Amino acid sequence: MKRRTLIPLFAVIVVVVGCAQVSQIATQVAVQEGHIDQQQADSINRTVEATLKAWSDVTPEQEHYIGRAVAATLLATYPPVDDQLANRYLNVMGQTLALFSDRPETFGGYRFLLVDSDDINAFACPGGLILVTRGLVSLCENEDALAAVLAHEIGHVAGKHGLRAIKKSRWTNVGTLLATEGARNFGSEELAQLTEELEGSIHDITQTLINNGYSKDLEREADEAAVAVLTSIGYNPRGLEAMLLEMEARWQPSGPGFMRTHPSPMDRLADVTPAIQTVEPLGDPPGPRQLRFETALAGILK
Amino acid sequence: MSRRRSGAIALVLLIALSAIAAQQLSVQVRETKLRQRPSYLGAATTALAYGTRVDVLETRGPWRHVRTESGQTGWLHDSALTEKKLTLQSGDTDQAVTADGDELALAGKGFSEEVERSFREGNQGVDYRWVDRMSLWTVTPEQSRQFLDVGGIMPREGGLR
Repeated sequence: MKRRTLIPLFAVIVVVVGCAQVSQIATQVAVQEGHIDQQQADSINRTVEATLKAWSDVTPEQEHYIGRAVAATLLATYPPVDDQLANRYLNVMGQTLALFSDRPETFGGYRFLLVDSDDINAFACPGGLILVTRGLVSLCENEDALAAVLAHEIGHVAGKHGLRAIKKSRWTNVGTLLATEGARNFGSEELAQLTEELEGSIHDITQTLINNGYSKDLEREADEAAVAVLTSIGYNPRGLEAMLLEMEARWQPSGPGFMRTHPSPMDRLADVTPAIQTVEPLGDPPGPRQLRFETALAGILK
Repeated sequence: MSRRRSGAIALVLLIALSAIAAQQLSVQVRETKLRQRPSYLGAATTALAYGTRVDVLETRGPWRHVRTESGQTGWLHDSALTEKKLTLQSGDTDQAVTADGDELALAGKGFSEEVERSFREGNQGVDYRWVDRMSLWTVTPEQSRQFLDVGGIMPREGGLR
């Protein structure tokens, strides 16, 4: 085997052994203190090793309940816009776009909701609940631009970016809890611990969504995913460019919403330019497309 | 490359391929539908619930042609499937799915409906009313098709995954 192939293999082994060691230390302490016997400890170590090492091992079902809790928490701060026509339009467009993504199916499916805020922002909760502010939608001049916004958020969901915001220690705690649970049902203590871990996870995600933002790399990944989805479905991916230029025109380095959580629009545009530079310019959308955009969002665009 | 090494590689490939041929997968989403062709715009036939086991007959891109234990066949997207073994407990709903053997009982465990209930009790400020309402906002393949048609949006050949 060549050295080049040995290095990543070695890295993988180190990572796996590293995770297993955390569990082994914990179970050894539990054995010494008489909480469990050696056989149970071995079983726990096997299951932790086999399953919950990181965000990427989370089942879509768990992701679904994390996402519901994140959305419910955000909705306490960002009230929904009760506009049936607009929300229906967002859902038909968004759910159709999601069919063209790398991950068309999540446990509970993709859903979109307008929220009442002047901030220019959107929140992709794990599992596919996506909240979009009135401020962001009113920035869109046409359906292609709005499709770019939704496709970017779908990219965050498909890439499980929200789950990556959860601290690693929480996965270790949940993994160990689930392993010790084994064949018996949860007692109230385990349930309380799991609820605490859920609360912590929601805190990690909402902090990222509202205050800290994702890394520049994850934003680029979401933009690239958006270009791929827009291209597959048949929208002009320059809709993303149009959105970024609108955002740039409003950019203040210490401003609220996306300005706090996203890289500068021009940096993002530079990253996606190679993928869209050969695409024809974004012309006027077909009449019926623009008509339905303006009709559905009449209460939002004003 | 030596003959012995290429022989070893061939053997590994053979084992890997035979494992793929006998692949059995589980539905990892709440509900998915068997489709007559490998496309979301194709007609959906039978709905399959979380945990349903299927045998893979053929792979085409991200689509799997599968057969259920009751003998129904159709196409499923791989985002709806997992290699993890999930077994439905009789008479239970989605939160009561457990894993076999040494595998962790992840399904229905961890962050589950039960934990959500506990979370809601302890956090009266959070608002699940709209989260529940949103879950009802489904879009059918027919509605997606119509949306594309009316908007003059033409998917690329093979663009739909």
